[in-house]
Amino acid sequence: MSTATTTPTSRRTNGATAAVVRTEATLFARELGSLFWILLFPTLLLAVIGLVPDFQEANPSLGGQRIIDLYVSVVVVLAMIMAAIVAMPPVIAGYRESGVLRRLRTTPMHPAALLGAQVGLHAVAVLASVVLALATARVLYDVALPGHLGWYAVALVLGTASAFSIGAVITAVSASTRVVQTVGTIVFFPMMFTSGVWMPVQTMEGWLRQTVVSTPLGAASEALNDALQGTAPALVDLAVMGGWTVVLGFVAVRLFRWE
Amino acid sequence: MITISHLRKTYGRTVAVDEVSLEVAEGEVLGILGPNGAGKTTTVECVAGLRTPDSGTVRVAGLDPRADRAALTRLLGVQLQESRLQPKITVEEALRLWSALYDDPLPWRGLVERLGLEDRVRSKFRDLSGGQQQRLSIALALVGRPRAVILDELSTGLDPRARRDAWQIVRDLSADGVTVLLVTHAMEEAHQLCDRIAIIDAGRVRALDTPDALIAGASAATVTSFAVEDTVDLESLRQLGSVSGVRTDAGRIVVEGSDGAALDVLADLARQRLAPTGLRVVDGTLDTAYLQLTDGIHAHTPEEQPA
Repeated sequence: MSTATTTPTSRRTNGATAAVVRTEATLFARELGSLFWILLFPTLLLAVIGLVPDFQEANPSLGGQRIIDLYVSVVVVLAMIMAAIVAMPPVIAGYRESGVLRRLRTTPMHPAALLGAQVGLHAVAVLASVVLALATARVLYDVALPGHLGWYAVALVLGTASAFSIGAVITAVSASTRVVQTVGTIVFFPMMFTSGVWMPVQTMEGWLRQTVVSTPLGAASEALNDALQGTAPALVDLAVMGGWTVVLGFVAVRLFRWE
Repeated sequence: MITISHLRKTYGRTVAVDEVSLEVAEGEVLGILGPNGAGKTTTVECVAGLRTPDSGTVRVAGLDPRADRAALTRLLGVQLQESRLQPKITVEEALRLWSALYDDPLPWRGLVERLGLEDRVRSKFRDLSGGQQQRLSIALALVGRPRAVILDELSTGLDPRARRDAWQIVRDLSADGVTVLLVTHAMEEAHQLCDRIAIIDAGRVRALDTPDALIAGASAATVTSFAVEDTVDLESLRQLGSVSGVRTDAGRIVVEGSDGAALDVLADLARQRLAPTGLRVVDGTLDTAYLQLTDGIHAHTPEEQPA
């Protein structure tokens, strides 16, 4: 869809795609529950955790970082989980179940445009949530902004992509919206754990840590924390996120049914 | 305009459509009538490109629905059975979105008026009644100025007035030269709207003709009823070649038969020296033709709605 080739068809396709994105954005704005959990909840959680006095003490065993510093990356991953694993799969499954995707197949627009719009909008919500969390952490608890913006963006993109690939598999393997919600809930808790909500990844030790950092969101938590401190994330963390994204994405595409 | 030849589609071991061939001329309204599970919806879904036939070919204006999807969707409007929209999309948003998908859409406000949805424009889809959702669905099928339209269960869930409106829309489409493939359960609807009717049962076309010809071909093309003072020799009436059935109903005698049956009945009554009172001769209905063509193959319940 390059803008250079303005044949009537491509102009029409661009206009139609824009209309789909606009409509889905309007509908997304009506999902107040999803917006709360994606945009506000991670930051609220961060604000509450920061109230624990010990969490604001520099910790030598964490290389001088404070617990609250670690939680900034945790709540960023939490925003990804809320968007990609909790909020989006039921929307897509609902579109499939109620025949929206099928109906769109009888129009010149491919239903993939609808899925693309949904992924894009949820990703934008994650980004907004990240900005809010970073700003709040900076203002309330004096957490430094990302020391290396480029690496931070890389970690953010890979982490978000891996979270969406998990959500995509949930949507693809589930036959109905009800099943999506059930599977989503089952996946939700281990994902929360690996992101470090109960115990930041950096405070884990031994086999537990080895296991968690080999999961996509455990690796995301580590990579984000590294980039927050201004150092390059470990290559293995990026590889773990990228690898999971490719594998899960492939599985989801193979298993997904339009109706 | 629409050509279906030797179409066959199976789901596992169930044969949904078996050797169906139909030809719909440009501007024609062809009705597809049949009991549930007869293969009507599968047939039109193959035309719409939603399903791939196991064998046989489908062409719409020369296009293969699967291979030429982009071109097909620009000239074929589809209203699907049991198809919903995003729960929180409003009528206006849905129509604007659909308008953006086509090159030269109809002004959607006009469609809203023709379908009587003027005061629901800002309502969300999930807040509409079943009939209003159905009307919106029809509007979306028409917004792209299609040259051919598939209407699956057009008037299901519509109240009598909305049904008349929907019928008028089909007549307008036909007057504009738009080809219509109408799937229906409703005999009256088929009789009123269709140039020809295909009766499909168990995946096969059982009959294909004009509504009047289908009725005339049935054993109960005319229904003659009357009352008499004295006792009638019903056996004598039953012996008549043109009579297919005789029964008494609420004090009246009802004789079903082919076109000439009424005259034969009157002649027989004259022989029996009986004077009929309250004589009524009416056309048979499509129901009879339909039931004859679809009965005896399975025990069907045509009124039952899909779950």
